[in-house]
Parts: sequence; C-alpha cells; structure tokens
Amino acid sequence: MQVPAPLEYARATSVEHAIALLERLGEEARIVAGGHSLIPMMKLRLTHLEYLVDINDLHDELDFIRVERGEVRIGALTRHRDLLESEALVPELPIFRDAERVIADPVVRNRGTLGGSLCQADPSEDLSSVCTTLGASCVIRGVSGERVVSMEEFYRGPYETAVGPAEILTEVRIPLRPHSSNAYAKVDRRAGDWAVVAAGAALWLDDDGLIADARVGLAAVGPNTTGIPAISEALRGRAPSEEAFAEAGELAAAASSPTTDGRGSAAYKRHLAAELTRRTLRRAAERIADRALERESA
Amino acid sequence: MSVDVEPVGHGRMLRKEDPRLVRGRGTFCDDLTLPRQLHLAILRSPVAHARIVYVDATAALAHPKVKAVVTGADLVERGLAWMPTLAHDVQPVLATDKVRFQGQEVAFVVAEDRYAARDALELIDVEYDVLPPVVDARRALDDDTPLIRDDVAGRADNRCFDWETGDAAATDAAFARADVVVADDLVYPRVHPAPLETCGAIADFDRVSGKLTVWVTSQAPHAHRTLFAMMTGLPEHKIRVVSPDIGGGFGNKVPVYPGYLCAIVGSMVTGRPVKWIEDRTENLVSTAFARDFHLHGELAATSDGRILGVRARVLADHGAFNAVAAPAKYPGGFFGVFTGSYAVDAAHCSTTAVYTTKAPGGVAYACSFRIAEAVYFIERMVDLLARELGLDPVEIRRRNFIPTEAFPYLTATGWVYDSGDYPRALDEALRIADYDALRAEQAERRERGELMGIGLAFFTEAVGAGPRKHMDILGLGMADGCELTVHPDGRAVVRLSVQTQGQGHETTFAQIVAEEIGIPPADIEVVHGDTDATPYGLGTYGSRSTAVSGAAAALVARQVRDKARRIAAHLLEVAPDDLEWTKGSFGVRGIPTATVTMPEVARAAYGIDLPDDLESGLDAHVSYNPENLTFPFGAYLAVVDVDPGTAVVTVRRFVAVDDCGTRINDMIIEGQVHRGLTDGVGVALMEYVGFDEHGTCLNASLMDYLIPTALEVPTWETGHTVTPSPHHPIGAKGIGEAATVGSPPAIVNAVLDALAPLGVTRLDMPLTPSRVWEAMQGRAAPPTDPPHGPTAEKGTP
Ligand SMILES: Cc1cc2nc3c(=O)[nH]c(=O)nc-3n(C[C@H](O)[C@H](O)[C@H](O)COP(=O)(O)OP(=O)(O)OC[C@H]3O[C@@H](n4cnc5c(N)ncnc54)[C@H](O)[C@@H]3O)c2cc1C
Repeated sequence: MQVPAPLEYARATSVEHAIALLERLGEEARIVAGGHSLIPMMKLRLTHLEYLVDINDLHDELDFIRVERGEVRIGALTRHRDLLESEALVPELPIFRDAERVIADPVVRNRGTLGGSLCQADPSEDLSSVCTTLGASCVIRGVSGERVVSMEEFYRGPYETAVGPAEILTEVRIPLRPHSSNAYAKVDRRAGDWAVVAAGAALWLDDDGLIADARVGLAAVGPNTTGIPAISEALRGRAPSEEAFAEAGELAAAASSPTTDGRGSAAYKRHLAAELTRRTLRRAAERIADRALERESA
Repeated sequence: MSVDVEPVGHGRMLRKEDPRLVRGRGTFCDDLTLPRQLHLAILRSPVAHARIVYVDATAALAHPKVKAVVTGADLVERGLAWMPTLAHDVQPVLATDKVRFQGQEVAFVVAEDRYAARDALELIDVEYDVLPPVVDARRALDDDTPLIRDDVAGRADNRCFDWETGDAAATDAAFARADVVVADDLVYPRVHPAPLETCGAIADFDRVSGKLTVWVTSQAPHAHRTLFAMMTGLPEHKIRVVSPDIGGGFGNKVPVYPGYLCAIVGSMVTGRPVKWIEDRTENLVSTAFARDFHLHGELAATSDGRILGVRARVLADHGAFNAVAAPAKYPGGFFGVFTGSYAVDAAHCSTTAVYTTKAPGGVAYACSFRIAEAVYFIERMVDLLARELGLDPVEIRRRNFIPTEAFPYLTATGWVYDSGDYPRALDEALRIADYDALRAEQAERRERGELMGIGLAFFTEAVGAGPRKHMDILGLGMADGCELTVHPDGRAVVRLSVQTQGQGHETTFAQIVAEEIGIPPADIEVVHGDTDATPYGLGTYGSRSTAVSGAAAALVARQVRDKARRIAAHLLEVAPDDLEWTKGSFGVRGIPTATVTMPEVARAAYGIDLPDDLESGLDAHVSYNPENLTFPFGAYLAVVDVDPGTAVVTVRRFVAVDDCGTRINDMIIEGQVHRGLTDGVGVALMEYVGFDEHGTCLNASLMDYLIPTALEVPTWETGHTVTPSPHHPIGAKGIGEAATVGSPPAIVNAVLDALAPLGVTRLDMPLTPSRVWEAMQGRAAPPTDPPHGPTAEKGTP
C-alpha cells in the first residue's frame, strides 16, 4: 500500500467556503475533486501538499448537465460516469459519450470529474481535447468574482491552467449551433490506458451543406493541446469530403509535436494524429447526415 | 456441464476454496495483525548503479514513532548482509558497498504504523557516488562496460555463466546437408508476473523460546524455511513458515526476497512481530521478472520442409544477481526443449548469461523454467521455415511432428518425452477453428485490403521437476512429501508440501485422494502452507504440483487403501486378496452382501478389534521422487485483425486444445487455461519491463506495466485430448503454465501472417500499435523503445 505524507483536510460546504479556505491556506492547499489524479500523485509522493479542500459535497452548485438554448453548461464536479450516461448530451454532443467510453475504467469514471480533468491539464487528457474541439469556455471563480475564459486561454501548458491558487473552475460552457456534430477517437495500448494519441473533431455546416466551421482537438501529441486554427481555415467553405478530411489530417500531423516514449514513436503518433483526425471528421459528417435523415423521416 | 453432483473423485466440480475467497473471507498476509505488531518500510536505491558513500539514519531514528533503523553496515555486523540466491549466487539483504539496480534495498525502518515507517524513510540521508549503469545486455561483456559484481573476488567481467546443450558437431553436419537454412533474431522481452497481491511477510521472533514464525507470501514454504535457517543461522526446527492465502504468484513468490529477511531482522531487533508488505512499485521494480532473452535461431531443412537441425544462441539478461529459480544442473532452465514437438536429429544451443544493473530474477511468470522461451523460439522459427518454403504452417508442423508411435521419445538434447499424440491435438484445434474456412475468409478480406492473420503454435512442455538424480535447488532434491490421515468418522485430512496461489489445490488434491479412497472431496480437508503441519517438499511452480505432489497424494491414498484392505479383510474374516474394491467399499468376491465401507474401516482402525500385526489408525506418509518429468502439449490457434490505419491488433478468436494427460477437474483446468491465455495476450501485446539509459525502470506502476483486461481478450475456445503420462500414478501431466507458454507465439505468428501482404517478416513483442506500425513501414521499432531494438551484430554471443 502506498501512503501519502501527513496532511490536513477540510470539507467545503459551498463554493464560497472553498474559495475562502484556499485564500486563507495559500499555495500549499489544493482542491480535491474525484482525486483520481491528485491522490495517486500524493501516494507516490510526487506531490506534497499540506491541505486538501474537498469539494465533493458541492453537488447543488457544481454537479449538473444543463442543455439550454444555444448552450450546454456542465458543472465542474460532474463525474465521468454522468457524462458517459447522459442522454441529454447525445443528440448534440455525441463526442462526450465517444470519449467517456475510452477514458480510464469504471472505477475511475465513478469518481473523476470534468473539472479535475481540465485542471489537471495533462497533455494526454481526453476531456480537454473534447472541450477544445467544441470551442468551450471555462468559468472560473475567485474571491473577486467570476471570469469566463476560452480553452485556449485556460490551458497554459502541461499541468498549468488559468485557474489561480485561490480560484475554482465552476463550469464549462459549450456553444450549440445547428447542422453540426462531432466525434472522438483514441488509440490506446489497452482499455483504461491513457491515449497514445486521441482526436476529437467537430463540424458545423451551413444551409448549403458546406463546412461553416471545423475544429479538431488532439491529445497526447506534445505539450500543446489547443486547437488547430489551420484546419478550420482549410475546411471552411468546402463540402465535407474524404479529400478535405485527408488534408485536415495532414494539418493535424503537422501541428503536433509528439515525443517517442513507451506509448509509441513520434512518427507513429504523428501518423495517428492524421489518421484519427480523418476518422473523426468522417464520423462527424456521417452523424450530421444521419440526423438530417432522421429529421426528414420524422 | 452440470456441477450439481459432486464426483467422488475426478470430475467437474466447483472449487472448495471459492465460498471463502469470493466472500472476501480469505486470509492473506496483510489481513493478519499480531498483537504488538510493528511495521517495516524499505528505503530503496533511486539509481541503478552507485557506490554508497554513507547512510545517515540519525534523523529517522529521532522520529517519535520509529523503533529501529537498520542499514547494510548494521547487517554486516550481524553477518546477515548477504544472502544466498536460489542459483548459487549471493544477493545483499541491504546494500553495503554498492547498489546494483534501481530499487535495491538500502535500509529499513521499523515503526509503530505503516505511515510513520514510510515517512521516516524520507529522513534517511544517503549519499550515492553514481556509476555508469549497464542497461543493454548486448553490451554487458564489452571491454569498456563497468564491472557490476566486484563483490566476487576474481571476477573480471559481467559474465554470469555460459551453458551449452546438444551436439555442435552433429548440428554443423546437419546444416551442411541442408537444402534450406533460415535464420532470425528474436527477443523475448523482460516481463513481470505482477501478481495482484504484492509480496510481504510478518516475522515474529520469540526471544524466550527462540522460535521464529514467518507468515509469508510463499509458493514454497518448506524451501523458504530451509533458506531462512541457512540465512539467519537459526536451527530449522525452531522456524515455522506459514504461507496463508496467496493472491497470485506466477513464480513471483518463489524466491526469497531481502524484504523477508528484513522483517526477520526487524523482529529480532525489536522483539516484536514486524509486518512488511511491499507496495506496487516495489513489487514491479525489485522482485523477480521473467524472460529477457535475446535469441538467435537457425533451422536447417530439406526442400520438402523436414527439419534436420536447430541452432540456438541465447543471450540471457539476469539482472544484478543470479536469482533464477531453476534446478542447479540447469542454469539455462529447461530451454533444452527448444526442438519443440518435432523429430529433429541434431540440435545445439549455447547460452551466455550476463549481469546488468537491473532487478534480479529470471524465471518467474508462470515460471516454466524457460520453456516459454523455448516454445516461442521454435514456433517462430518453424513459421519462418514454412514461409521460406511456401508451406502452410499446419503442413510444416505435421511433417515434423514426433510420430505418435515414437514415444517415449529421446530428443537430440537428451530429454525423454513421456507420451504424445500430436496430430490428434492439432486436428482438434483445426476442427474447432474451422481452419479451411478461416483461410478462405482471410483470402477474401485480403482482397478488400484488410489485415487478418491466423497463427499457430504447437508446444510441448517439460514440467514436474523433478527426478532427484538430475534435479535439485541448492542441494535440495525435488521430491514432495504427502501425508493422509483418515479420522475415525471416515473423513480425511491430506497434508501437502505444495502451496496454492489460486490454482485450486484444496479441490484438486481432495479429488485425487477421493478417487483413490472413495471418500467424497467434501470430506477431505487439504492442509497446506504451514511447515509445522505439512511434510517437506519444494513448493508450487513450474507446473509441478499435480505432476509431483499430485502423484504423492495418489500414492499416499493407495497406501491408506492398502491398509484399509487389511482391516476390511479382518472385519469380513477373509484374506485381503479375496476382497474387491469398488470406490468407497470393500466387498468379498462373489458374496454381494459382505461389504464394508471406508468409514466403517476407519472406525475399526481406531477401535479395539484389530489384527495384532497392524498399528492403530488409518494414515500413511510418502515422499514421491518422480521418475521423469511429464510433457503436456497443446495446439493453439489465434485469429487476429490488424487495423490498417492504426496498426491496433485485435485478437478475434483463440482456440486452445490442451493435452495435460488425465484430467482431474475440467473446470479448474479451463480456469488455468483461461488465465494463461490472458497472460499470453498480455505478453504478446502489451507487457514489458523497460529501462531508460540511466537504468531506471519505466514500468513502476500498473499504469505503465500493462496487464490485459477482459476487453482485450476474446471468448476462449478450449478443447482437449487426453494422452496420459505413462509414469505418473494417475497419468496427469500438469496444466498450470501451458497456456502462458503456448499463446504468445500463436499471437505473434498470427500478426506476422496478417502483415505478410506488406512483406513484414520480423516483429518482437510486445506488439503495441506503435511497434506494429513501425514494422508496417518497414522499420524495426526505434531503439529508444527499450529493450527491444533490433538486435545489433555486436555483443551477440
Ligand atoms: C487508472 C486511471 C486511468 C485514467 N485514464 C484516463 C484516460 O484514459 N483519459 C483521461 O483523460 N484521464 C484519465 N485518467 C484521469 C481521470 O480522468 C482523472 O479523474 C482526472 O484527470 C482528474 O479528475 P479528478 O476529479 O479525479 O481530479 P482530482 O484528482 O481531484 O484533481 C486533479 C487536479 O485538479 C484540481 N481540481 C480539481 N477540481 C478542480 C476545480 N473544480 N477547480 C480547480 N481545480 C480543481 C485539483 O486540485 C488537482 O490539482 C485516469 C486516471 C486513473 C487513475
């Protein structure tokens, strides 16, 4: 059994309380959500903390999935499992179910949270890619109030985010637009393993069926997990086609800077960036077509 | 498949141990808490190779909950710093001069609780003078490679041993005659058994009685008792080793680890029971690994595919200390069976084993004494020959099989295979798989650009070590004792020297005895694991429990039955020869009403009316020294799909036909096979222990050392044939390792078959998507992905 070093622990009763605790305890305090990233690091004694502020009681404030007009809002304490099982997300954002099926295992999914995933900011993390793909924004709250940042602003580099020491990520907001869909694909060495490479893709079509916007988010291809604007630029105004998706794949490969490690060679990972970009764009396009058919037959 | 009616003897039945285990009522080492128990934690080296400048424990000793801190220097004073390994080498309990692998034991703390013990490790100050590590076995013997084992006087290089088997001249002659020669380099990477329960011990030394009791995760409690006596200098009769429920062993719990000795010393120093339970990282980085073989193979054959000769050159990486568990005369294990299931007249193997700055070990993981390596070797090579000659992999095997009538068969390297019927097992596998249909499907899929592969492996194992005249470990013969007592109420207790780690001994051995004395398995209690309650024997590994102790159990039961016959004869007032045994009772031949049951005999055995020349009681004791090993075999077939875009390998089907001789309980056998096949998928596709250039282990957690899940394995399709062993009392051969041994080559051959249209001929495990993709690009895996870069020409022995 691996055991962490001694530490103090407090259970927050509200977001406000949690922020106040962080403010008072300073740099050596940390939020614990699902604990599936933080606790292993503490047990391996790779992270030394003096205080844990537990936000697991804050269901009312932080644990929700709300599909509203033009926007989906997901609370930071929403568990992987709820994202996997949510029927509300499936029509517009099937990418969540795609991704959650291949994130970790049921034990981890029962506890791990959206907020923890994003705040951990591991470059191999899947939900950051999903949020990047969807052009999500993050709501951060501190003593002086709330601010909303884009994923590009949120993610500052490996294990670094825009969330300050006395701040909390409270929710993620995802804009909804018509004629769109999205998909996620991951290659791993075994179920429950982190990605060798993963890719998310989202397509938005205009009324003529041409690509109004396209976004791709990659995981595990280097320190940068933010979007690839070149893909949006290259695809806008074109009809969805194998050729266009192949081009996007090449751009994805070019935008990635993977390293060789136990999960694979850099060349392979770059290849996967292209391959999975193609596959997910194709899948997103198929889904848009399927939904159009469904609407017609309805 | 009904298991409702329990057989009185062999047959399918539910496991007797499972009501306990599935309810969480097992007792594993860490479940035990002794009064006044303390906790021990070990400080391990963060570097692979370094001279220890000093170890300062002052701050740790000042921790309020710490009872003792012990360093290598302290152990030198007690003469306990170094301990013998199972392979006539030595290994430090705590490092004294140098550390020789990352994770090596440097000091230990005994404290009031586990947390304090762990915290205090951080207070021990060690200065290391770092030396260059030796990571690549192929460089271990180079002139400029640093010497690892300078503790042994006169040692000049990192050579561990050289070993040869077979006839070099005859093999050269066979190669000279050959129409075709194929050659290849193969790597069987270092893998780890990774049992879910890590290793651990609770040592309790009673200063008053001088008795030491050690509860320990041991596959071989008696051998460990002898070793503890050798290591500590305590008299052996004052040592009791108890191996409670074991959460998986796979060979990992055969060696004696420094941690066990630390717990013993900790208890001696503090006078209190001391518990040490390894954490996951410690288990993965410091305990016995398996394999780590670099192989060069050559086959000589006629143009119609008859194998004339086999050559093998092996470079074996043994880590920093030779801690292999193999019979003493077999330093290279049983790799000598590398001619596989084939009638080959000439074969030769030369092995060079080297030291590297890695964890010691070398046989674990369904230990198999290197048969896993031998089977992998020959099955890859035979496929290579088939490909060279344009023959179907089925056909090449058929042409070379040892003919059924040739058993017992003496191989070119001196092994006597006891019995076999290879074509029958192969036919059964092909039938289950519908081989012709699979080939047709493959042709169709290839047309569509899909990559489907079919792979075969036919293996023969040599298990049940072993005959005393050939086999010993540290001078201990490999015979197993067994005791059987039938109580006055007709229920029995059988005492074994072997210890289950999940294989179901409590059921299998009850069934073996039941078959012989006609008492239901439910009425036979199996006692094992406690050296004070069981007879001597060398333990469970190398698929030896059924092959050796199973024979002992059958023989001891027959002795009891013989005595019962004499008592029955007395009761029925006839001569013993007039009695007929039908399972459970004796009857007088020709007089159907004159019978006496085993329980009646048992009651009488403790009564007052016994013949004068018979002692009271109904019990017996045997020690079984096997005449030969047993040679289980099997035909395995894997069907795989490789995603052309991502190179991900999916094992779609797997057919396993096993012949382990007489089958005692099909359910347990199938369980063993399922487990081993899952191991095989792990080894073939994802498992390996890698090191970076500093000698740091890259797989120190189960996030990095991948073991397969249900999602990576297909629904197993098992079948069997039965070819009993002629010399085993009940004809059983052992099944524990068959599937671990046989499945990796089937999977790798299948993947190579899938990739054949791309011209891929070489591939080393593990077949991760990246490695497969690199091979599809015509490249071997990059050397930065240790330890399976392409075999360099330099350094191969
Ligand atoms: C075996 C295993 C396999 C895994 N596999 C995958 C995988 O395949 N893909 C994948 O994407 N992930 C994987 N994970 C990670 C998993 O998704 C984690 O649960 C997730 O990364 C972190 O979520 P958490 O709620 O557990 O965060 P915690 O561990 O509780 O916290 C992580 C970090 O985020 C901070 N934090 C948490 N919530 C907030 C908040 N609301 N505001 C500010 N800071 C916050 C914490 O202070 C901490 O620094 C795996 C984990 C394990 C243990």
